[in-house]
Amino acid sequence: MRKTGGEILIDSILKEGVDTIFGYPGGAVLPIYDALYESNIRHILTRHEQGAAHAADGYARASGRPGVCLATSGPGATNLVTGIANAYMDSVPLVAFTGQVATSVLGKDSFQEADIVGITMPITKHSYLVKDIGDIARVVKEAFYIATTGRPGPVLVDIPKDISDARVDYENPGPANLKGYRPAQLPSSRRLKEAADLIAAAKRPVIYAGGGVVSSGAYRELLHLAELILAPVTTTLMGLGCFPGDHPLSLGMLGMHGSKYANYAICECDLLIALGVRFDDRVTGKIAEFAPRAKIIHLDIDAAEMGKNVRVDVPLVGDVKEVINLLVSNLKAKLPGAWQEQVYIWKKEFPVYYEENGHLKPQQVIQEIYYITKGKAIITTEVGQHQMWTTQYYNFTRPRSFISSGGLGTMGFGLPAAIGAQVACPEAVVFNIAGDGSIQMNIQELATAVNYNLPVKIAIINNGYLGMVRQWQEFFYNRRYSYTELVNPDFVKLAEAYGAVGIRVTEPKEVTGALKKAMAVKKPVVIDFVVEREENVLPMVPPGEALGKMLG
Amino acid sequence: MYHTLTVLVANSPGVLYRVVGLFSRRGFNIESLAVGQTENENVSRMTIVVEGDALVLEQVTKQLRKLIDVIKVSDITAEEFVARELVLAKVTANPAQRGEIMQIADIFRARIVDLGRRTLTLECTGDEAKIKAFEESLRPYGIKELVRTGKIALLRGSKYAGVNNIKEEAL
Repeated sequence: MRKTGGEILIDSILKEGVDTIFGYPGGAVLPIYDALYESNIRHILTRHEQGAAHAADGYARASGRPGVCLATSGPGATNLVTGIANAYMDSVPLVAFTGQVATSVLGKDSFQEADIVGITMPITKHSYLVKDIGDIARVVKEAFYIATTGRPGPVLVDIPKDISDARVDYENPGPANLKGYRPAQLPSSRRLKEAADLIAAAKRPVIYAGGGVVSSGAYRELLHLAELILAPVTTTLMGLGCFPGDHPLSLGMLGMHGSKYANYAICECDLLIALGVRFDDRVTGKIAEFAPRAKIIHLDIDAAEMGKNVRVDVPLVGDVKEVINLLVSNLKAKLPGAWQEQVYIWKKEFPVYYEENGHLKPQQVIQEIYYITKGKAIITTEVGQHQMWTTQYYNFTRPRSFISSGGLGTMGFGLPAAIGAQVACPEAVVFNIAGDGSIQMNIQELATAVNYNLPVKIAIINNGYLGMVRQWQEFFYNRRYSYTELVNPDFVKLAEAYGAVGIRVTEPKEVTGALKKAMAVKKPVVIDFVVEREENVLPMVPPGEALGKMLG
Repeated sequence: MYHTLTVLVANSPGVLYRVVGLFSRRGFNIESLAVGQTENENVSRMTIVVEGDALVLEQVTKQLRKLIDVIKVSDITAEEFVARELVLAKVTANPAQRGEIMQIADIFRARIVDLGRRTLTLECTGDEAKIKAFEESLRPYGIKELVRTGKIALLRGSKYAGVNNIKEEAL
């Protein structure tokens, strides 16, 4: 049967089980959009290609399935770049398809030409420029395989217009040609024995769990391991929800804005069991003084993470879930002792807190979102103070319920990610907790939410500042607020102009009512919480300091 | 310390860019790089000389292995291997000096590959030390231009870092 390249592409994507694509049409993708027109794939038209990439990312994080986005050549493709980099830093399975100018004019600075394969090389797991229509089916198969196996990540597939427009007799994809790609590994039994011995000998163990636990789906295994050896568990930003935040062994998040008790536990532990993490600088603080008394077991699927940032005593390369299962078979249950009691005392003595003073506080808003959603919402955030307050005051108990830009720190991620999450989970309550700065970076996606009747709730923590930058200026630059104050639009009117519901809250007593109203409406809702302007995120480890040296 | 890596890569477009880009963005220094097709037309071999301590080398090799187009990475520094480099040098050579230069060429088993009115072009192969000595010997005459291929290397004896013993990953 004769098919166009575009039709073969869509067929191949369907074969991967994809039901939704986030995209934006343009000249070089016309043949692909023509094939989409009567296909079984749902296409969500975002209002900016960056929105499409972040929405696909949010879709992937909420569902665990690969996210797919599609854009045209040149500016369409370059607008995906931030979204691809974001997915790369947070190891999210994403497949990005871009149109490209025809092969006959490739490399001639043609209209809407950009070397997107070259541009995205440092921020993709792999990429393809398809120059032969016969390669499309195989490339799609490889792209999804690479994006979703091993350490997940984004793959870009660039397709020139003459290739997607051409017709051939459709054949099944040829064999994949991935000689150098071997994602499945397991640690040696010697390493497993070394790890088990360290765990058996440890008196003050701590588990430090991250995004790899989520990717691997190792929630039950983590819980079992922690309860077996009675190790308190702290998670990274990416790991929030992989261990129930209300569990007695939970320490919440560690690092720059982590809980005091998590950071103290890291400083004092004699064994650190690092699961699916990469020792990011926001986690470790001063690297030379990170976990100074501890031996370190590092379990991750990416061999290159072993010893990249810290010295590791026992590296375990493999899938977190599989390896924990191998590990626990060599372990004996431990009894509670002085360590568990010490951690309990820290938790009592140094809770996360804020001072109420009659004005509307950002922390109160987030706590009340937690109460009204009973902790069962999918929460996305932008980047900044509101993001850190969300980690502190929303107690995440379920995996894939917290969706945030960790590694890249992308303002403008939260709203399109919330759209992607709502598409993936139509029944879920999805909240985007945003700052007044961040929300304006992809505010146009409100139109997408309204267009597809996606009832996402957007809580803007509005302090009229780029709050986190202002906080650093306050602490480290002598309160010189250089270009961090914002003159904002009327967010309520803006919401209404887009066809969403707008609500403004300025008093502490109005919060509950506004949230109830927002929950009751089956439409996108924007709530403008006008909060105390110079509230700070505390505790805080100053940049370059050891974790034990927290302010606040 | 200098390390010699032999890297087998899929012969696909952009693979050199991927490898070189990885070195530059992670701040690894390439001392020399030579690339060419192997006995298998789908596979190229890169011989890369890198400077760094054991930790840097561990990161270089692990990061290289993450590239999908990289099939195999071997650090052969500690092994027995044969390494060669080819150099072409164009030196100033008045008719009176030609004899001397040709004697130097003899000593290094170099060959004269071109003769100009005032220049001689020589070709020489050898290991690093020999190439360096060759260059130093020619310097007094005035080296007008010099080009080196970068080092290529193979393990000695029956050991090999080749691609034939690698199974394909089934999809």
